[in-house]
Amino acid sequence: MSSGEKYVAAAYGVFVVVVLVWVAILAAKLARLERETGELVQLARARAETDDRGHG
Amino acid sequence: MSAYLTDVAALARKDLRLELRARDTLPAMLLFVLSTLVVFHFALPADTGDDAAYGLLWVALVFTALLGLARAWVAEREAGALDGLVLAPSDRSAIWLGKSIATLAFLVAAELVALPAFVIFFAPLGLAALAGVVLASIGICTVGSLVSAMAAAARGREVLLPLLFLPLAIPLVVGGVGASISEEPGTYLAFLGLYDAVFAILSWAAFEYVVTE
Amino acid sequence: MSIAKPPLTALGWVAAALVALAAVSIFAVAPEDADQGFSQKIFYVHVPIALTAYACFGLGAWKAYRLLATRGERYDLESYTGVHLGTIFGILTLVTGAIWAKASWGVWWTWSSNQLVLFLVLFLFYCAYFMLRFSVEPGPRRERISAVYALFGVALIPVSFFAIRLANDFIHPTVFTREGPQMTGEMFFAFCVSWASITLLAYVMYRVELAGKRTDANLRELREALGS
Repeated sequence: MSSGEKYVAAAYGVFVVVVLVWVAILAAKLARLERETGELVQLARARAETDDRGHG
Repeated sequence: MSAYLTDVAALARKDLRLELRARDTLPAMLLFVLSTLVVFHFALPADTGDDAAYGLLWVALVFTALLGLARAWVAEREAGALDGLVLAPSDRSAIWLGKSIATLAFLVAAELVALPAFVIFFAPLGLAALAGVVLASIGICTVGSLVSAMAAAARGREVLLPLLFLPLAIPLVVGGVGASISEEPGTYLAFLGLYDAVFAILSWAAFEYVVTE
Repeated sequence: MSIAKPPLTALGWVAAALVALAAVSIFAVAPEDADQGFSQKIFYVHVPIALTAYACFGLGAWKAYRLLATRGERYDLESYTGVHLGTIFGILTLVTGAIWAKASWGVWWTWSSNQLVLFLVLFLFYCAYFMLRFSVEPGPRRERISAVYALFGVALIPVSFFAIRLANDFIHPTVFTREGPQMTGEMFFAFCVSWASITLLAYVMYRVELAGKRTDANLRELREALGS
């Protein structure tokens, strides 16, 4: 690869890498949100159960 | 309109009177700007031209202004008075204008010491350079008062204020240095006037949003 | 603005297609520049990224203005995401610009490139945005302060640009110039496709990031409502 080609590859490469890093960070956030939603569902179910027992 | 201006004058006068009694900001600014100029003498190698000195003058002025701006809202914050002021019937922007005028007074006082010292230590200052100092000082105080109010609402405000202020100060430094050393200072002075107009209007309009809870 | 309109999935597919088309146009269709050689190809990624950064800052400022004018709650996150993406693309502009400078002139940085210097100033300004945002307690006041600062940023762009132009008169940097590419039709086409693809990509990123932030905020509210 000539030096010109190396620089071009570097420039485009940086762009691609940054976008992929952004994807990775967002994926991690999504995983956390998924986990938290799961926890909240548990919480809501537990709440519904105690309500049933309380009023039922 | 005249009620607005009376409010502004009253607010500015209050700040000046407070400073006259407490005397904590202005002496610090005066001493700081002198010390900075002396440091710059030791920072410049022997054969640097005058132009470098003009650049450093502006660095000194900007950082001295930061010192004054850091203390701009302290009195109101400590007395919990900012809430009281904001609830007062006057237009909120009058608070900003009063504070800007008071801060400008302090900065001008510091410059009355700094500029003669600069001329004695380093290089002469022409009329254009002085006009540049006046115009840039206006810009510094109008934008600075707003930005200082933003920082006042935050944690770590002493560190935050310079970070918020310096990028906004860059055009002022360009204008000021240009007015001092260029053969055609008119362009730079016009630019400073443009900056002042744009950012004064913005600050005036935006202040109430920064300060209301 | 829900994730539904305009449909994000469709936009994603279009973005992917455009990026593919851009890659083909840049490397197979556009001819190599006679003066600059192969490294001129960086132009097709650097300039659209810079333009996209400006667009993102503009979007952030527009949403900020809407927040101050209408006090609609949704605008805070929209403005914040706009500024965040603008900063990311701003950093990319600086990096690709530095690579291009090294390829063209042998230096990683030059003060004579007005655009690079402008982006440096904007980078400093918008980094302070995040420091400001994370130093203020969350709430309507933080939203308003962030909005005002975002608006100041957009006013700073033209003012800084003039300042940098004026500064060049007395800073006398070693002036590097690039022969602006005499754009052939194919070059112009490649540039347009590249610009469209990067803009659309940025918009898709904006929508995805916004959805993530909103969901985060909703979950937090839900958690509080469930009283844990």
